[in-house]
Amino acid sequence: MATIDLKTAEAEIPVIELLKKAQEEHGYLSPEVLKVIAARTGQPLSKLYGIATFYSLLTTRPKGKYRILFCKNAPCHVRGAKRVLEAIVSYLGVEPGETTKDGLFTLELTSCLGLCAVAPTMMIGEDLYGNLTPQKAIAILEDYRARERSEHA
Amino acid sequence: MATVIVDGIQVEVPDNATILEAAKLAKKEIPTLCYHPDLPAIGACRICVVEVEGEPLLKTACNTNVRDGMRIRTISPAIREARQTALELILSRHPQKCNECVRNGTCELQALASRIHVGEISFPYRQRPGSPDVSSGAVGRDPSKCVLCRRCVQVCEVIQSVGAIAVQGRGYDAWIDTPFSRALSEVGCVYCGQCVDRCPVGALFEVSHVERVWRALQDPEIHVVVQTAPAVRAAIGEEFGLPPGTLVTGQMVAALRRLGFDKVFDTDFTADLTIMEEGHELIGRLRDGGVLPMLTSCSPGWINFIEHFYPDLLPHLSSCKSPQQMFGALAKTYYAQKAGIDPSKIFVVSVMPCTAKKAEAARPEMKDSGYQDVDAVLTTREAARMMKEAGIDLSKLEPEDYDLPLGVSTGAGVIFGVTGGVMEAALRTVYEVVTGKKLEKIDILPVRGMEGIREAEIELDGLRVRAAVAHGLANARKLMDKIVSGQADYHFIEIMACPGGCLSGGGQPYPTTPEIRQKRAQALYEADRLLPLRKSHENPVIQELYREFLGKPNSHKAHELLHTHYTPKPVYG
Repeated sequence: MATIDLKTAEAEIPVIELLKKAQEEHGYLSPEVLKVIAARTGQPLSKLYGIATFYSLLTTRPKGKYRILFCKNAPCHVRGAKRVLEAIVSYLGVEPGETTKDGLFTLELTSCLGLCAVAPTMMIGEDLYGNLTPQKAIAILEDYRARERSEHA
Repeated sequence: MATVIVDGIQVEVPDNATILEAAKLAKKEIPTLCYHPDLPAIGACRICVVEVEGEPLLKTACNTNVRDGMRIRTISPAIREARQTALELILSRHPQKCNECVRNGTCELQALASRIHVGEISFPYRQRPGSPDVSSGAVGRDPSKCVLCRRCVQVCEVIQSVGAIAVQGRGYDAWIDTPFSRALSEVGCVYCGQCVDRCPVGALFEVSHVERVWRALQDPEIHVVVQTAPAVRAAIGEEFGLPPGTLVTGQMVAALRRLGFDKVFDTDFTADLTIMEEGHELIGRLRDGGVLPMLTSCSPGWINFIEHFYPDLLPHLSSCKSPQQMFGALAKTYYAQKAGIDPSKIFVVSVMPCTAKKAEAARPEMKDSGYQDVDAVLTTREAARMMKEAGIDLSKLEPEDYDLPLGVSTGAGVIFGVTGGVMEAALRTVYEVVTGKKLEKIDILPVRGMEGIREAEIELDGLRVRAAVAHGLANARKLMDKIVSGQADYHFIEIMACPGGCLSGGGQPYPTTPEIRQKRAQALYEADRLLPLRKSHENPVIQELYREFLGKPNSHKAHELLHTHYTPKPVYG
């Protein structure tokens, strides 16, 4: 049975915060984790699943080590996001929503990251990247791969 | 009260009325799709938009309240354009396969498209996510037909407090689904079919048994008997254009006979039998300090609910099978013997107002006759569909009588179809059995009505029996929580899964509204009033059945054939 470690008084925490916290602890919102929250909050599992599928920051599937949130909104789009995304898709070999075979990257589309001044943009983990071009995006991903290799070396 | 002007017509409405209600008073029917009178109005579909003087934007009539002096226009070029666009967007994601659909002719979207003509749909079709699911054998889903009106989600969560399905994802990609896209059979769905009743299109439907019934009817080797649930007679006429509340018992019998059933019997007979068994079970529990309050067990949606959500309370349930299942068990034993027919050649069909009855009949323990006790379950709609296909217009037939012996029943049996009816029927018999006195006031009014939870007390030889009645599972949940917290001092509780009881079950004709429920209820009480016998224990065939076959109520044989057990099935377990 999954556990969720909560320091604050449970009743005070809004469901969305519970879900975020559970995701931080477990990596993603599995059926087991959502069942625990359903039992705790009295919310139907279907509704929690609805919340988890509504917000792009929540996920019901296991993710790669690095989550790429690629902005799909208009300002990025008009500044060439489509070509950047195509380059990332072909470099990683996965479509948005999928995880690379080595478990390193999960590619996802997100709504506006609030960085329209430096569009097109993406977020990897906690890090933000702007003024992307296809070449620049690939170079960033290659950096992550290189760092990963040196960590394992 | 507020004065509002709808298309130049002045009407007086209560302050909290909606524009939709005000327009109705002005005899203007504003088109709707997601709106349903049972459910909170959420303005999701944007079909009911109207103009309000002084407001820059169109307003949704279903969930905008009136103000005193409000001037409303319900048709204008802007309104027409907005409605057409909204409808066109909905249609662009709906498979245009009306001729293949079970809702062909009863579809609300079809009716709307016929009223608001949009011509050729200019947006490209994109199928909605999700795949069809008929795994439950009772309620089926086809998400590709969904129009995202959310009525199913609301009825499941608000009225039934089940929450098997919810809106998933968002925006253009939103869809209605179970958690983790699991089968309905795995998510605590109780198969009540209230979502099927509310669905405006064919995205939710009963899993059909029509073909297997036709096969049985066309096989000369098979003796096909049919039983009709109490609530069917008060509603099936609607399928043939009769007004809601038209009682068509005899015409329904005639129509079923013309369809080719060898015997037309009545579930009311085994409703009477249920009262004998359940009434004596209650008397036993009261006398011997058994588990109280005792809960009724004839609504299969309710049985699924308590197995899923309150498994610890299962000992409170009466061990009586539902009337449908008692009938099946007797048809293949008592009736087979009496008629000299090999029970393996008997095929038992039920006509039920219910979708959950399909799953109940398929439960593995329902084989006490040595065979599957009930072989096929038709909803009221399916039975009407078969009649129509065969060219039988029930409304034009002369009434006929049920066959003997399993077609004889009392008024107590017929009110099983309305909330409070089982309680009333049980009290009529329990009173006379316990006190030995004649019950003068047969109509036990406190248990009648449409209030969600009702209470009554009856004096039985010094013991005040406290009874409660709940319908709709959110109301049942309130009573169960009271039992869990030790605050329920009742002796006997009747629960019906569907609001109003079986008369608005998930298998009844479309649509069901509060007014239609009232009318069907009146029809059932009228049927009770008109019957010469109104107490189950006075049914002569029931008396004969005990003499010839069962011995006495709750006898060993009765337990073998007419009683059952329940299984905890915790949700998501």
